[in-house]
Amino acid sequence: MADLIKLTAAEIAAKIAAGEVTAVEVTEAHLARIEAVDEKVHAFLHVDREGALAQARAVDAKRERGEKLGPLAGVPLALKDIFTTEGVPTTVGSKILEGWLPPYDATLTKKLKAADVVILGKTNMDEFAMGSSTENSAYGPTGNPWDLTRIPGGSGGGSSAALAAYEAPLAIGTDTGGSIRQPAAVTGTVGVKPTYGAVSRYGMVAFSSSLDQGGPCARTVLDAALLHEVIAGHDELDSTSIDAPVPPVVEAARNGDVKGMRIGVVKEFSGEGYQAGVMQRFNESVELLRELGAEIVEISCPSFDMALAAYYLIAPSECSSNLARFDAMRYGLRVGDDGTRSAEDVTALTREAGFGPEVKRRVMLGTYALSSGYYDAYYGSAQKVRTLITRDFEKAFEQVDVLVSPTTPTTAFPIGERADDPMAMYLADLCTIPTNLAGNAAMSLPCGLAPEDGLPVGLQIIAPAMADDRLYKVGAAVEAAFTARWGHPLLEEAPSL
Amino acid sequence: MPGITREEVAHLARLARLELKDEELDHFAGQLDDIIGAVARVSEVADQDVPPTSHPLPLTNVMRPDVVRPSLTPEQALSGAPAQEQQRFKVPQILGEE
Repeated sequence: MADLIKLTAAEIAAKIAAGEVTAVEVTEAHLARIEAVDEKVHAFLHVDREGALAQARAVDAKRERGEKLGPLAGVPLALKDIFTTEGVPTTVGSKILEGWLPPYDATLTKKLKAADVVILGKTNMDEFAMGSSTENSAYGPTGNPWDLTRIPGGSGGGSSAALAAYEAPLAIGTDTGGSIRQPAAVTGTVGVKPTYGAVSRYGMVAFSSSLDQGGPCARTVLDAALLHEVIAGHDELDSTSIDAPVPPVVEAARNGDVKGMRIGVVKEFSGEGYQAGVMQRFNESVELLRELGAEIVEISCPSFDMALAAYYLIAPSECSSNLARFDAMRYGLRVGDDGTRSAEDVTALTREAGFGPEVKRRVMLGTYALSSGYYDAYYGSAQKVRTLITRDFEKAFEQVDVLVSPTTPTTAFPIGERADDPMAMYLADLCTIPTNLAGNAAMSLPCGLAPEDGLPVGLQIIAPAMADDRLYKVGAAVEAAFTARWGHPLLEEAPSL
Repeated sequence: MPGITREEVAHLARLARLELKDEELDHFAGQLDDIIGAVARVSEVADQDVPPTSHPLPLTNVMRPDVVRPSLTPEQALSGAPAQEQQRFKVPQILGEE
């Protein structure tokens, strides 16, 4: 039974389809693992034991009836607590939604259920997806399974930690400035931010609407691709959903190859602030790509230096607007309604009580950046930077097929280390943010352990919009070569919990 | 670029409907000032002839035929409400006494 939790999603699905194991057995094995280790890891905010077992029983019944099963039927999944799930708590890591039971499913939730994926529960996250460490969760931080005193990345730290702790073979994250890729990098797992608009945002609690993107988290590139195919596609309920075929990501993941590809190394993603061990592993990855037959080209994207600044104006601006809906009137917390106070006062008291410091900081930053007199200097200028960054990418992709960089400048830092220094915290997303501003696709996958601290390092691959399959083609080749070199997947070097 | 004062933070908090405590005003004033200082460099590009990008996709208005379709029931829509009465959201007073 213990072996079931070490299997990949593809292996689990194949075993269930072949009748070698039931979906109920697989689900029970993961629920037992959660029970055994999650007190230490705190990857989950809510475990939906009954719902998961019911879904697993339905898969087994379907198989017994001889009905066709989807490619991930019966595979357990950990869902970031930002997607609405009918009748199951959805808190976005915030006190303001504590106890809320959504009356509907997000499109992504619906697609997972329709594909017979077993949803184990909801994972911990930085409140409203604002953060790079999962320390901003109103329900306490998540630990990194490699070292429980360190952060698992953010904002989707719960999802990536669940994978690294073998609590689930698949997870879902959302990436506004790196919240899928950055946790993947520091936990030694795989995370993909699909092209903006590839996965529906309907039912995903909005943080920064022009940047937010849901995507797959997994332990292998193929598993991520299988999940990508399940959740992507056009949704008429989301006006920003792309109405075009999903690129052949699974096929690409099964045929990893970089021979003859031109791969760009982004010059601006190195230098000061980058941990030596991170750069060492990254440089080895570039060497590996060369050995595998890729042509390596140095690319300069000069505007990337301003990406972080632009992001920390655009994201808070959109968040200050999106979070206006948390007004204590229609759902969520209500504080101070004693019959004497006005609706406005009740709203202000509720938001004061319900939002944590990072959310308040960003709401106020956004209010400032959008206020009359400062709009042009801050928000307007940030949008111009966004244009320059998009142009940098366009120019780069005229010369190369994909770009590569470290995913994060450092490995996982200790919990609490950057808590009182917002700017230091924001640096964790330095390499991931340009992709969100431009809307193209990117992946992080493990490329080794930093020699100085023995913690995972992520390799980031960036592709043009709608060319998500390139990420998987390159990712699968790198993964196969590294796994052969190490003799096993990187995660097997993590200490046992 | 102007520094952010405590009074300015109090004003922003009012605009953002946040009833901040005194110690929060002090704390945020320093932090917002630091952050704004660090991100202000975006204005260096403002003079250039660069069109702003508000969104990665060219947004178009998405329409569907005006046909009634199944939706949430009133009970479902009200299920998360802090207070309700006669199938409506019950809210505190909106208009003052005068």
